[in-house]
Amino acid sequence: MVAVLTRLFGVHNLALAEDVVQDAFCRALEVWAFRGVPENPSAWLMAAAKNRALDVLRRERTARTYEPELSRFLGSEWTLAPEIEEMFTDKAIKDDQLRVMFSCCHPRLPEEAQVMLILHILCGFGVDEVASAFVTTYTAVEKRIPRAKKILAGSKKLFDTRAPADFAARLPAVQRALYLLFNEGYHGASAEFAVRAELCQEAIRLARLLLEHPRGATPATYALTALMYLGAARLPGRVDAAGDLNSLADQDRSKWDRKLISEGLNYLDLAASGPSITEYHIEAAISSVHAIATRLEDTDWDEIVSLYDMLMTIHPSPIVALNRAIAIAQRDGPERGLEEIDSIADADRLQSYPFYAAALGELELRRGQYDSASAHFLTAIGLARNEMERRFLKQRLSACERAG
Amino acid sequence: MNDFTFLYRGRDTSASPEQMQQTMQKWRSWFKELGEKGHLKDIGHPLENAGKVVKGKQKAVTDGPFAEAKDVVGGFTLIQARDLEQAVEISKGCPILELGGSVEVRPIQVLNM
Repeated sequence: MVAVLTRLFGVHNLALAEDVVQDAFCRALEVWAFRGVPENPSAWLMAAAKNRALDVLRRERTARTYEPELSRFLGSEWTLAPEIEEMFTDKAIKDDQLRVMFSCCHPRLPEEAQVMLILHILCGFGVDEVASAFVTTYTAVEKRIPRAKKILAGSKKLFDTRAPADFAARLPAVQRALYLLFNEGYHGASAEFAVRAELCQEAIRLARLLLEHPRGATPATYALTALMYLGAARLPGRVDAAGDLNSLADQDRSKWDRKLISEGLNYLDLAASGPSITEYHIEAAISSVHAIATRLEDTDWDEIVSLYDMLMTIHPSPIVALNRAIAIAQRDGPERGLEEIDSIADADRLQSYPFYAAALGELELRRGQYDSASAHFLTAIGLARNEMERRFLKQRLSACERAG
Repeated sequence: MNDFTFLYRGRDTSASPEQMQQTMQKWRSWFKELGEKGHLKDIGHPLENAGKVVKGKQKAVTDGPFAEAKDVVGGFTLIQARDLEQAVEISKGCPILELGGSVEVRPIQVLNM
């Protein structure tokens, strides 16, 4: 709703758009308290926002400047109401969401701020919800969002998704932001399963929105969507309702969502066209190998190792190298895995990453070096970034103690 | 380019909401088209049928305009066109004609002092 209204009022009047939505919700609460919730609450809210927007536009016709290409039609009673009617149709709403999505990925904004802004404006997350999604404080988000909005408002016009060159230039940033949004749900620090699932769902919704646009439906976007589906399918196994993490080996695979997996595989097929292979393609492919293995032992580790080899060529990072080493350990045993970890080029960048120590601990545990394993897990616990990671690592530590 | 006023007469204000909405969408597309072709100087506004008429030195105020519904001015627009002939051509696209109304095309008079 904010997306449509932002298009209506212009991106520099973002605050006004938010006020109108706020008003519509307040009205809803008042009216619904008396008359009960209507049959179609979202349509009711849309209608309320529409009326409120009409009021504002009539009252402030001369006081503000709106989106330049629209102001002529919003300025006349001949066209004002039909214009607004048109903007609230499904198709127009989708267009506007896409435009806001692209606008949020403004090059002057740091990636994390882009994601926060998307969550706040497009997904309707309040400041407290954004804070809990990013496991940061209310005040931190309260400072960052207005700063980001100011930069957005400075651009005066919503991003024009009709200009092919601009679209193509901004697309990778949008894909990246959606990827981060999804990862915040999948790997992020929030201990609440509901929060994680919602972040993943929102990322999927927006990725599909991008796919509906002819220039947005690139192989990379299909791959990104595949990756999200395959990940979301495994989320119920990865994090349990209590918010505890399960390692891949311990996951109850019957909790994986078969329907999401098959849809993910479908998107992966659609991604397999065009000359370029992106990191999204490979990550989705890795995820698909896990997803189709009904038992851990059935996993095609050869395939996974070779996919990680490819990922190291196009998108090398110490974390990718670490994951590759873990896959090699699965295939060839813990000793080989430890050798690979030893040979990671810029391993010093992993020193503060708790799952680096945890991987060492896991492999030492597997080859029976319980003391060494415990020491690594203790290091990892010291580095844990949140309570959930800490609980998970403590559980691994006690596994060492039991074994030793 | 010269300026013209279109005066619309005979708007059907008794239509059902659905019909109204359809008609309004037609007006909107027509205005969009005129805007794209650079003929639109000011869209103007639709007008209510009833109002007041103030008349003469006495400034007598009466309810009005009291003409037949089809003769009441129901709205106006400022148009830019090459000449009267082109303005008339433009007016032929107006949706009011489909509903039996009329468009009066009047050049803006240039007053020289």
